[in-house]
Amino acid sequence: MRVRFKVNGTEADVDVEPRLTLADCLRHRLRLTGTHVGCEHGVCGACTVIVDGAAVRACLMLAVQAEGAEVVTVEGLSHDDHLTPLQASFRKHHALQCGFCTPGMITTAHALLSEEPDCDADRVREVLSGNLCRCTGYISIVEAVLDARAAYGYESEAAKKP
Amino acid sequence: MKLPPFDYACPTALADAVALLAAHDGEAKVIAGGQSLVPMLAFRLAAPSLLIDLRKLDELRKIDIAASGVTLGAMVRWCEILNHATLRSANPLLVAAVEHVAHYQIRNRGTIGGSIAHADPAAEMPGVALTCEAEIAVVGTAGPRTINAENFFLGPLTTALAPDEIIIEIRFPAWPAARRFGFREFARRRGDFAMAAAALWYDEEARLARDAHVGVIGIGDRPQRLTAVEAVLNGRAIDESVIAQAEAAAAAAVDPQSDIHASADYRRALTGVMVERALRGAANAPRG
Repeated sequence: MRVRFKVNGTEADVDVEPRLTLADCLRHRLRLTGTHVGCEHGVCGACTVIVDGAAVRACLMLAVQAEGAEVVTVEGLSHDDHLTPLQASFRKHHALQCGFCTPGMITTAHALLSEEPDCDADRVREVLSGNLCRCTGYISIVEAVLDARAAYGYESEAAKKP
Repeated sequence: MKLPPFDYACPTALADAVALLAAHDGEAKVIAGGQSLVPMLAFRLAAPSLLIDLRKLDELRKIDIAASGVTLGAMVRWCEILNHATLRSANPLLVAAVEHVAHYQIRNRGTIGGSIAHADPAAEMPGVALTCEAEIAVVGTAGPRTINAENFFLGPLTTALAPDEIIIEIRFPAWPAARRFGFREFARRRGDFAMAAAALWYDEEARLARDAHVGVIGIGDRPQRLTAVEAVLNGRAIDESVIAQAEAAAAAAVDPQSDIHASADYRRALTGVMVERALRGAANAPRG
């Protein structure tokens, strides 16, 4: 079945079986292996990508359902020559060890901060509860996301005061 | 596991979706948000010959708030319920429950119709539909019909939907602004399936509770109304003594099973505590 959608701004045109998940389509057909596949049944969050602006689990979506959509993967949130503020913040706070969950953390955090740059630590924890990390204990990830808010237009309480 | 093979159709008219479903004689499956169905496919618990995607049926996406109540199209997503400007005042119990539905990414795709059709005993929305006496509007080859939530959920993952029927919308009755309500859920990790949850509401007349509705989730093969607890509440002022009686009545009224998540005794105690906390939340809410 032929399916066309945009991935990181580029047109993708692939012929897939209906049973192929969006995650496997990205990895195996489009060679975008930054999207990681952990549990393959919607629990771990490693495969999170952004579809039409919303963070979704790419293992719970069929490639054929992406017809006409705009998909952003972790590759679309990076540059070859420098780190984005979110990536730099993950590095600064040691928010990864093995790195397997990191693509899902980055895509989820990017979607959250784009929608809610003023989110607090509770909200970050609530949203990241859908992403499993077995290395860090999460504290450093939450700190990294909070620290990256400035790059998304966060106005701190101090800055709001005249 | 990788998904089993199936064909895929994405009709642009509801009548076509019904016709496709009927033509496959129970071997086809409807996909809405896919947040329960795709895991079922991955576990090979479901292996339909055809998936019928409802994503192009815009008539299933409406959110209608009227004096007679709230009507939600089957394809309304959790995130749309949470972000809606006035739904929270039109039916606050519904929105409070949706806050507990799964995780951020799943709420961006999962739908109310999908959850109702899937009928997981630990899912929030079947329990809220039952507690609110919602109606489920469906359509099949024989035409449309409505099914009361009470008659819709028959067992785990089992509903009164005929093999050729599709859920169109969920209709919640009117919600008086002064109605008192509570929703409490316990899960080991935020967003995981409830080990037990309680959804309840009552109206007040001269500070006495009337028409109490108490539902519990995750402790049987389907959501249940606890009429014994409702009888404790009706005609009483909801004070600490009544709350304690309601907690005891709730624990006595359920007959949970042990599983890998919790023992039957623990679930029974937890059911009482969820009812107690939901009731206290309802009783202590500020008066408008």
